Amino acid sequence: MDMKATKKKLGLKEKYAHMTRGLGWETTYQPMDAVFPYAKFEGIKIHDWERWEDPFRLTMDAYWKYQAEKERKLYAVLDAFAQNNGHLSITDARYLNAIKLFLCGISPLEYVAHRGFAAAGRNFPGVGPRIACLMQSLDEIRHAQTQIHALSNYNKYYDGFHDFKHMLERVWYLSVPKSFFDDAYSAGPFEWMIAIGFSFEYVLTNLLFVPFMSGAAYNGDMATVTFGFSAQSDEARHMTLGLECIKFMLEQDPDNLPIVQKWIDKWAWRGIRVLTLVGMMMDYMLPKRVMSWKEAWEIYFEQNGGALFNDLARYGIKMPDCVKQCTVDKEHISHQAWATFYQYGGAAAFHTWSPTDEEMDWLSAKYPNTFDKYYRPRFTYWREQAEKGNRFYSNTLPMLCQVCQIPMVFTEPDDPTQICYRESEFKGEKFHTCSDGCKHIFDDEPEKYVQSWLPVHQIYQGNCFTPSANPADPAFDPMLEVLKFYNFNLGHDNMDYEGSRDQQNFNTWRGLATKNV
Amino acid sequence: MSTVFIAFQTNEDTRPIVESIMEDNPGAVLDEQPAMVKINAEGKLVIKRESIEARIGRSFDLQELQINLITISGNLDEDDDTFTLAWNN
Amino acid sequence: MQIDLRTVAIKPVRQTFDNIARRFGDKPASRYQEGTYDVQQTDIFHYRPMWEPEFELFDERRTAIRMKDWYALKDPRQFYYGAYTIARSRQQDAAEANFDMIEERGLADLLPAELRQTALDLLVPLRHAEWGGNMNNSFIAAYGYGTAITQPCLYHAMDHLGVAQYLTRVGLELQGPKALDDAKASWMNAPLWQPLRRYIENTLVVRDWFETFVAQNLVLEGLVYPLIFDRLDGEFSAKGGTPISMMTRFMGEWSVETAKWIDAQIKVAAAESPDNKALLNKWLAQYRGAALEAIAPLAERAFGADAEATLTDLTNEFNSRCAKQGLSV
Repeated sequence: MDMKATKKKLGLKEKYAHMTRGLGWETTYQPMDAVFPYAKFEGIKIHDWERWEDPFRLTMDAYWKYQAEKERKLYAVLDAFAQNNGHLSITDARYLNAIKLFLCGISPLEYVAHRGFAAAGRNFPGVGPRIACLMQSLDEIRHAQTQIHALSNYNKYYDGFHDFKHMLERVWYLSVPKSFFDDAYSAGPFEWMIAIGFSFEYVLTNLLFVPFMSGAAYNGDMATVTFGFSAQSDEARHMTLGLECIKFMLEQDPDNLPIVQKWIDKWAWRGIRVLTLVGMMMDYMLPKRVMSWKEAWEIYFEQNGGALFNDLARYGIKMPDCVKQCTVDKEHISHQAWATFYQYGGAAAFHTWSPTDEEMDWLSAKYPNTFDKYYRPRFTYWREQAEKGNRFYSNTLPMLCQVCQIPMVFTEPDDPTQICYRESEFKGEKFHTCSDGCKHIFDDEPEKYVQSWLPVHQIYQGNCFTPSANPADPAFDPMLEVLKFYNFNLGHDNMDYEGSRDQQNFNTWRGLATKNV
Repeated sequence: MSTVFIAFQTNEDTRPIVESIMEDNPGAVLDEQPAMVKINAEGKLVIKRESIEARIGRSFDLQELQINLITISGNLDEDDDTFTLAWNN
Repeated sequence: MQIDLRTVAIKPVRQTFDNIARRFGDKPASRYQEGTYDVQQTDIFHYRPMWEPEFELFDERRTAIRMKDWYALKDPRQFYYGAYTIARSRQQDAAEANFDMIEERGLADLLPAELRQTALDLLVPLRHAEWGGNMNNSFIAAYGYGTAITQPCLYHAMDHLGVAQYLTRVGLELQGPKALDDAKASWMNAPLWQPLRRYIENTLVVRDWFETFVAQNLVLEGLVYPLIFDRLDGEFSAKGGTPISMMTRFMGEWSVETAKWIDAQIKVAAAESPDNKALLNKWLAQYRGAALEAIAPLAERAFGADAEATLTDLTNEFNSRCAKQGLSV
């Protein structure tokens, strides 16, 4: 008998099924519920894990091969960047402040994503989703590390990058992205998949990465472009996993629909609030701009997200309610956020500045309904004051939203001159939120959100000083002590870009490079 | 109909891939951005292994697309010969 | 405008991140260091996990092992993601070349029937045990403490998946999909595999992740890999089964490399305190006995009359390896 003739070549799908789900088994020496203890407590009903459709079908050997090729390319660029003083090719050192925010606020969360997907990759009883989650876990540590490695070179020359993990845990505005991921990881594996796998990776990732990376490309930052696009190549796999996961839950049992819808509503709003920082970056922090936040929102959320939700409509999934408010907010949030950071620029680990006339004209053109009416006068006034030597820094502390942890700076949906506050009561105490969306999330799980470590509350409770601080000392300056607790290099990491060490160094170094001394 | 899209890094490897896609999907629209090329299509986009192979003169595994891929939109179906993005509505 | 920036000598403001400088001084740091040390958050978590409210999200108390600095558990291979994938891609290139050659020349068809059967009986069902190794290491990657040890555990988990997939290909190469069905049936029901399956299922419910590390990585791998990918592999080569050795070369190399990393973890944890050492000794004794029972039928199937001598030999080697890490054997 000719053995070769009987050995039919297997197709990709068939071969992959053998290589993955064929590996699992129903345990009998230990009950399945003990082996997979977190599979049921969220109330999601799964009847047949075999119905899972694998989105991408990468075996480990192919994974190693393709990922190693990406890594070789990426590190070759990073080495060249470091050797050639690539940091002097950026448009302007102001640009780097966006990247500081990225390294402190996003990269450590790529790491949390790595741990969370490792947990999901252990906890689902189905082999198909487990393997996809584990590959994503592996990708996420890649992203954390390639970002740290790419930005390590900037850290050598510029301020604000130097202690990102310490700052993430403590600094007031970094609790916004940190609490987002803590929230997702502290939930069960199914909610994690909706929070990160679907809402973040599918619905919102294009809004985070594509503008950021295009911004980097426009501003001559080859290190960031390279890690960003290289990371995005993994993102395509993650997006299909998130989408597959949601479809799978909805197909398995009609009882899953209300739970899934609730999670989509919650995580869409949580994610959109975090993206306020991206909006501010796009509209104010890039010396050379790609598109406005409003335009990015329209392309990547309204159009693309619209297509997605139309597709999910057959399962009964509806577009989250909060999108109505977003349609109003898209004209405001980036301006409100930059105005906040401008005022609190003394307490931020990146520099802020007044937009120039040319930049304000760009903002007027992009935001014809709102910029000139509500925001230009404010920025113009602050700039005039700064020119007179009265650069305004607020020394008070803002009240934070109990859920998203952003200062209460957003306005009422129907009145952009009125700050929006919402109030809930739980066990006799009052809790404040910044919007209907956040109030709704609080009211649904108050026992979770009362735990929030709100940086401003913690400062007032005296929990944000270094051990050497002495409040009894008459010279005790609480604000200064908080910044020491944050480990800021005072006067270098914070304050206005104008007059900063970054500005001076960049101009000097660039001068050395372009002139004969 | 909803729009599906795929985006690649702009480089030597992706040029023949993009050409193949544009030829195989007559309605597709090319959107060239800094360091990135995005292809939009109504409803559906199909990438064919054979077309790419015809351009590069060697065998091509569709999983190689991942090296230079930036983002996609739409439901994905992948087999040995085709890589398809589509919305079901 | 093209500027020749290389001609500019600029003095950096600092050499590395503060957390690295606090540990090693402000000098240029390696990619392993910057990508590993202190990357996991340690302070201030907003919410207790719904799935384990007695702990923080990352919490040292998920194991009874205690370390002053969890980053003492470093990886001698200094694997960060890039170094890891590039190392594995070289190995997979070699493995792929071997599989290609076997397929092109039809080498699997030339195998003596007895060896082919041994490979089908012993190598193919082992893919399920490898999947257990993946689960145990992904558990540590999720719930362990400190990137220094959780990071290589994820790599180790994925390596186990890779090995399970190579073993799957061995089955497909030797007999096609039927080999996999038979192997699964054997794994679930044949007396040959039940003790090992029981051992693995018992490890899957362990909640102390360092105990999992000992039970899976030190003990089980420390006995199964030498038995199958060294001793049995020697038999294959000696009796004309070189194509089988070619298909499992990855595993042989891999176990030698990973054993060095595993040893380094045990050695550092044991040297940290007498309490740690006592606990590791307790786990070692407990799991070594159970693992030897679990692999006895496999040794019997592989070596027949020589099984006992082979196992004694392996146990001695394993004990001397553990003694070198400071454990009592």
